[in-house]
Parts: sequence; structure tokens; C-alpha cells
Amino acid sequence: MLLRHTPKEVTERTALTINPAKTCQPIGAMYAALGIHGCLPHSHGSQGCCAYHRSTLTRHYKEPISAATSSFTEGSSVFGGQANLLQAISTIFNVYNPEIIAVHTTCLSETIGDDLPQIMKKSIDEGNTPEGKVVIGASTPSYVGSHVTGFSNMVKAMANIAEPTGKKNGKVNIIPGWVEPCDMEEIKRISAMIGVDITLFPDTSGVLNSPLSGEYTMFPKGGTTIAELKGCANAIGTLALGEWCSADAARFLDTKHKVPCSILDMPFGLKATDRFINALRTVGGTTVPEEITDERGQLVDFISDMHQYFYHKKVAIVGDPDQLISMAEFLMSIDMCPVYVITGTPGKRFEKRIKEITKESPFPVNVKAQGDMFLLHQWIKNDPVDLIIGNTYCKYIARDEDIPLIRWGFPILDRQGHQYFPTVGYKGGIRILEKILSSLLDRNDRDAPEEKFELVF
Amino acid sequence: MPKSKKVVEWKPVDIKTELLKQYPPKVARKRAKQILINEAQENSAPPEIMANVRTIPGIITMRGCTYAGCKGVIMGPTSDIVNLVHGPIGCSFYAWLTRRNQTSASGEKNENFITYCMSTDMQDSDIIFGGEKKLAAAIQEAYDLFHPKSIAVFATCPVGLIGDDIHAVAKRMKEKFGDCNVFAFSCEGYKGVSQSAGHHIANNQVFTHLVGTSTTEKTDKYKINLLGEYNIGGDGFEIDRILKKCGITNIATFSGNSTYDQFASANQADLSCVMCHRSINYVADMLEVKYGIPWIKVNFIGANATAKSLRKIAQYFGDDSLSERVEKVITEEMPSVEAICKNVYPRTEGKKAMMFVGGSRAHHYQELFKEMGMKVLSAGYEFAHRDDYEGRQVLPNLKVDADSRNIEEIHVEPDPSLYKPRKSEDEKSSLEEKGLKFKHYEGLNPDMESGSIVIDDLNQYEAERLVQLMKPDIFCAGIKEKFSIQKMGIPMKQLHSYDSGGPYAGFKGAINFYQEIDRLVNSKVWSLMKAPWEESPELSATYVWE
Repeated sequence: MLLRHTPKEVTERTALTINPAKTCQPIGAMYAALGIHGCLPHSHGSQGCCAYHRSTLTRHYKEPISAATSSFTEGSSVFGGQANLLQAISTIFNVYNPEIIAVHTTCLSETIGDDLPQIMKKSIDEGNTPEGKVVIGASTPSYVGSHVTGFSNMVKAMANIAEPTGKKNGKVNIIPGWVEPCDMEEIKRISAMIGVDITLFPDTSGVLNSPLSGEYTMFPKGGTTIAELKGCANAIGTLALGEWCSADAARFLDTKHKVPCSILDMPFGLKATDRFINALRTVGGTTVPEEITDERGQLVDFISDMHQYFYHKKVAIVGDPDQLISMAEFLMSIDMCPVYVITGTPGKRFEKRIKEITKESPFPVNVKAQGDMFLLHQWIKNDPVDLIIGNTYCKYIARDEDIPLIRWGFPILDRQGHQYFPTVGYKGGIRILEKILSSLLDRNDRDAPEEKFELVF
Repeated sequence: MPKSKKVVEWKPVDIKTELLKQYPPKVARKRAKQILINEAQENSAPPEIMANVRTIPGIITMRGCTYAGCKGVIMGPTSDIVNLVHGPIGCSFYAWLTRRNQTSASGEKNENFITYCMSTDMQDSDIIFGGEKKLAAAIQEAYDLFHPKSIAVFATCPVGLIGDDIHAVAKRMKEKFGDCNVFAFSCEGYKGVSQSAGHHIANNQVFTHLVGTSTTEKTDKYKINLLGEYNIGGDGFEIDRILKKCGITNIATFSGNSTYDQFASANQADLSCVMCHRSINYVADMLEVKYGIPWIKVNFIGANATAKSLRKIAQYFGDDSLSERVEKVITEEMPSVEAICKNVYPRTEGKKAMMFVGGSRAHHYQELFKEMGMKVLSAGYEFAHRDDYEGRQVLPNLKVDADSRNIEEIHVEPDPSLYKPRKSEDEKSSLEEKGLKFKHYEGLNPDMESGSIVIDDLNQYEAERLVQLMKPDIFCAGIKEKFSIQKMGIPMKQLHSYDSGGPYAGFKGAINFYQEIDRLVNSKVWSLMKAPWEESPELSATYVWE
């Protein structure tokens, strides 16, 4: 047993987090920044932060993750990191020549109180930032919120460069939230089918699922361009997918540039996708084509065909708030029962929302924000589930408790596919169901006694 | 890049110029001192390399931080000490099971906390009002839940800045529990210039709080410590297998597959064998001063190097029966190694490699590449010091800069009751005369071919240029470098975590490595990169249907 020291009895912990269901803000900021075309993310802190974030993102995507660091020393920690950041900006433009640098802070630079806007201004004044190049910055203290918060803060920093021209450009901003590159691609495909011209930001498709061609380029084809980001102020509306990941940026564009926004759930599963597509065609003033309605019908068909295998199966889900909210709703809609729901990200609203979604559940539901996987494991020990949905770290629980696991979320360090096969939209819904069904039925095939072993399901 | 492209032969000095070309003058001046052309050394002073200096801000470095060196590298592989990270959640999260240090602690009786990630998850209120109370509470909760024999506390950046006294908290909790050794590491990420400072800090604390505390007497005949071996991919398992076969007892490995008791008993060994010189030489020195245990440099990477290291150990103990047994083991093991080497040799001979890792692997792995007939064009370390390049004779001349001065040097004296010189000075000199050198490491440079390029703290930009200019057949570094190199069509082998492979140490490890490199440099995938229409884009406007 790999987690054999985990006791069944749940005791209250006030100070110790064990096996977290979150990580820190800066990695989210780094991931978001990779969704800007020609962008080099920059970590204003110790080297280790940058190294850890790059390593984790590399292990998740199996792609090069370029990002620079201010390489703080003890001296800079005492005297402030301004000199380091100024030199970093100058070095980066000289050596790597990106279009834009997206700086995020760390617990180190936040604790000593480095003033990012002031340093960025100084960099322009001193000529470290060449004409036509852009530096944006987000404050991402690691001791507040989680990686999700950092993602949201960087997305807001992206919205901050929007420049109104006074004339609407007829486009709709879509802020997809922390989803995979293929999910971003899928959102673009769906929007094109509906005939809505969108600006998607951030957009990591074409950046973190790039081909192997024999050439390496630090700045691949994908990503939202600076021009597109500037144009966000002129959009006819913004759809923010996910309260935790995307709402701040959308509200910012609404308040500052009067771009009306709508905060939706991430389009995972049938109902959330329905709401997304309905909102998109409304704001875009278009009609949903039959192809989309057919995709929806295929998903409903799948649910009805295989309903007997989903019905009243208990599921533990762990991950980030926006994703879990939509997943819980999707599971409920196919009569599966999310009984344990845990995120490491703080937020009472999350617990409230999950309780609402699961209020019709035939089983009691345990939900916790700012929880950890140690607690999840204890819950499972007390009353097991049929399926776990979460990131790779869940495999230790899954193995100890002999429960099937679907890898979904961040990080996935031991399987492939998440960067290529979307789980948003109706087609993504089918992908999720296929995974659930395969897991449950593989288990059935493994465990069925010979007389109950069946050919046809 | 397609194999058909003509490879231009660059002179090493031109390569160096090319690498520096893009840099602003100040950056170029600094980097120039860290890039060395390994020239013939006759009649002139050996070339000097600048190492263990700050990375220039903005440079995409391979390096990590002091916390990573302390918690991740040295303390991470120990199974029965609870590692508790005091800080915001990230530092603990990223070091959670990501390093492939294997552990044989299965079974209900053994404690194994490696699968657990523990943190005080500091919040903004802890930063403002101080985190000592939360740390004490977290230690208490960990103790109540797991009742471990030891809890190690690690500081992250903000802890040092806000002034939490983690050592006082640890001491208080240790006294409170009575049966749990609680101690702390001030390994804030901003200290030093790389992971290296963290190794040093870890060495000091392990030596201070653990070594020599065991009351169980080890009575085996040939007792050694294996220092600087981290059991990545099971390297330590293979070395232990060989040692056992030879009748040599490994008292303590620092720190692959280690336990609390191993550290506590390290003072009972009669010889320390140093694998990774950079990360652990401090402990080797302190063991000698305090307990009288001499140390030698060994290398179990490469079949010949393994045989040589075993012979060195046997030579030290000076017992014919041990030497005979060692020879017997080598004779038994070598045929299968040689058979595989012979098999892959025609496919690997003449291939070119580059290696930029760690503080010893860029040196050790040259053995394996040599055995396969491969040439190392360029190599360097990520966090080494000058002595790792040029040999320990430079130690007295090393300048201690501000970043190193901040890392504590602990003063050790002979232990009044436990100090026992294992060999008299006469015995040592007689062994030295026979070629067994104590406290000796000659460094990487002498083993590199003349004209090869040695580069300290290689970065992303230089790596890319090096590969473009010199077109190696394989490039070795870490996970962050892996995919940018492979996008260029050059196979990349991780020599930190070994990707999915290993062990590569010892005899069986050599076999694994030969096969792995054969697989990588001859993989069909590198011939699949171009679509047919890209290879011959200009088709004539005729359709050929048959």
C-alpha cells in the first residue's frame, strides 16, 4: 500500500496540508501567458519557482516550456528585485526577442514588496523595453488562492492591454479558462460553425500541442496576438467560461471598456455546453447550425444507450472549482452520483454551488474547498466509490483502494491525450463518457466471475 | 534537421564565438569565462573555468533553487522521515514524487512517507503575522497522525524573509515529543546561486542532527558508506546488489533508498565512497574529521568504472579474500555486459553526444559513452563548482564570494569517544603509493578530449545553438530541455530522472544504458519528420495513376 499511513478516522487539521489538491499562483500565470503569441513568461523570484513550473508544465504537455526568471539572490531579497527585473527584461529582448514578456510575481517578490508597475515603467523609461515591444505584469502571490487564481490574474493582465478605438469590431471575446490546448481549438471550431467571429484569450492551441518537424522555435504559431488582445476593448461582448478562471478579466473589460460580459460555467457536459452555445448565438446574433444540434443529439444518444452503466455509480471528483462544477453537473445529468467533491482552491461559493447541483442526489455529498487529497482518501476509506476523476496524483489512492481512475485535470504526468482530445463541447462530452464507460466496463471485465463474463455490453 | 544537410565542421573557438554573439557585451563577458575549450595542458597552466556564480537574470537557465537541492535532492529519497515544507503550497507540491528516487520500503512494518506531500500551506495572514504558530501546529498534527521517528522542516523563500525561527520551533517540538527527532533546514530558495547551496545545507543538518546517533552496533567486516547516490531509476539497488555479492556492507547511502537508521549509523563505516562529489563531499569531509573515516572517489556508472571502483574498495581493506571475491564477481558479471556492448557497438560507434547535467553525471556518463565507442563533443554541469571541473587541487585557491559566504560552514572536531582513525597515516601513504588516492577528485576536464567544449550553467539559448552548430547524435540534460532539443530532431536523454529508464549504474545498468542509447540514436522516428510533399515539394503538373 503506497499510502498505508493514511488513517480511516478523519481528524480535524488546522495547520497541516497533506497531498494538496492545488498548487501555487505563479504556475497558472505561466500557463496563461503561454497562450499569448510570441510571449515569454517571466517569473520574478528565485530560480527554483521558474524551474519547478517549467518542469511541471513540461511533464504535463511533453512540450518545450520556455520561461525566464529574475534569479533572485540573497542580496536581491534584501535590497529588492528591481535591478534583477530590469536586467532580465533587457537580457530577454536581446537574446530571445519575444513580442511580449508576461511577468508574474512569486511569494518572494511579493513578500519584499516589489512594485511591478513601477519597475515596468522604469524599464520603458530606461529603454530596456524596445519600441513596439510589450511587457505585462500580474501580481501572483503564492500565499493567496491557488494556481487557478494565478491563471485568472494573468488573464486579467492580458485584458489590461486592451485599447478602445471607439468603434465596435463585431467580435466576441471568449475567455476559455484553464482548459487544454485542444479544448481551446474546439471552442474556436464551435464558434466558427455558429458563425461568430471571436477573440479567444488565452489560447494555448498551436503552442502546447505543436508538431515535431525538425525545427525548434521558441515562439510557435499559436497564441492570441497582441493586436487581438488590444482589440478586446472593441468587442460586442465577452463570454467568460468559469467564475474562478475567467470572470475577473471579463468584469474588467466590462467596467473599463463597457464590453458587456456574461459569466458562464466551463462548457463540460451537456447542460453547460447548451448554455455556452445558447449565449454565443445570442451575443453573436447568429443561428446555431444543424451540425451542432446533431453533435448534441449524438451525446444524448450515447447517454441513453449506456445509461444502465452510469446509473447511480458513485464518483469522487477532485480538481479545480470551475471544472468540478461543470463535471458535477454533467455527472448528475447522466444519473451518476458525485459523492465526494474536493478542490484545494479556497472559496465558500464553490461548496454552495456543488451543494445546489447535487441536491437531488440519492446519496449524501461531501464537498470541501481548500481541502486536500488526504481527506479525500479518508472519505473513500470510510465509504468507497466506483470511480475517481482527478489528476495523476489520484493514482496512489486508486491503486491502494482498487478503484478505477480517469485522469482529468492538472497535472497529468503519466498519460497522453489530454492535449489532443478535447473534453469541452458535445464531442468532448462524448469523450468523457467514453472514458467513464471504458473504465467501468474494463473493471467489470476484470472482476466478473466466469459465469457472469459477458461478450456484449 | 534532415540528415542530408551538410554538416559544417566548426572549430571550437568559432563555436564559442557563435554562442556569445547574440549576448549584450556584459553578458557575453561573463559567459565567456564559463565556456572553456579544453585545450592541451602541457607547458601551460590548466585552463580555468568560472563556476558556481550567479545566473544572469532573464537567462533561461537549467538551474533550480536551494530548496530543490536540499529537500528535493538530498532529503527527498529518505523514506521514514516526515518531510514538512514550511511555506506556500507550491514548493511542496512540485517536489512531490517527481524525482524518480526509488524506495524499497514496502510492507506494513516499514515506514514510507515519500508518497506524502506535507506543507503548512502559508496564507497571507501567516506572512503578515508570522508562521511559527502554524508550523508548530502542523508538526503536532503530523506527529499525531503518523508518529514518525523524525520530522524534517524545510524553509521556503518567505520564511527567511519574515523571520520565522524554524530551528527554535523544531527544537521545542523535539523536546515536547521526546521520541521524535525534529530538525529544520534553512534552505530558502534565494540562497546561493543554484541547488548546490541546498546540498551543503542538507549535508550540515543531517550531519549535525542524525549521524552518530544510532546505538545499534554494526559488526560486518567490510563496511562502507555510499555518498552521493540517489537511487534514481534504481541505481542504488544495482550498486547494493553488487556490493552484497562482493561481501561489502553498505552502512548508509546518502541518500538513495535511505532510512533514518542508515544516516544515524554512518559513523560506523570504515570507508566513505563518494559518487556525486558536488552534492555530498561536505559529509565525506566531516565524517573523516569527526570519526576518522577516510573517503575515496568512486564511480559506478560504466562497467569498467564499476570494476575499478570495486577494486579500489578491496584495495583499501587490503584483504586478499575480499580482492579475490571482487575479481570473481567482476569475472562473472562482465561477459553479459560485453555481449550487449558488442551487439550495440556497430550502431553506436562514432556517434556524438553532449551532456549538461548535475554536478557529476556529466562526468560519470562519459564512461558509458566511451564503452559504446561514442564521442563527447561538449559537456558541463548545471550547479558544480570549479573543483568538479578542474579537480580538488584548486580548492585552496577558490574565491569565496558573497553568495557562498552566506552558506554556513560548520566546524567539526574529532569526537571525544567515537573518533577512531581507520588507517594510520603510514597505512594511508602506503596505499597512496599503490595508487589509491584519498580525498581526491580530478574533475571533469582531464577526462574530456582535447578541443572539446566545457560549458558551465548552459542555458536554453546556448543549448539550441550548440545543437544547430555541432549536430550531436544525442543530447543529455533534464526535463526542461528535453522537448526543445527533440523538436530539432535530436534524441534527448534525461540524465537527471532517466526519463522512464534505469538503473544505469553497475553492470546491469550498463547493459540498460547501452540498449537505451542504441534505441534513441537509431529510432525510426527521426526519419518520419517530413511529409512526402515536404521532401519533394515541386511536383510536375502531371498525375500518375499507375
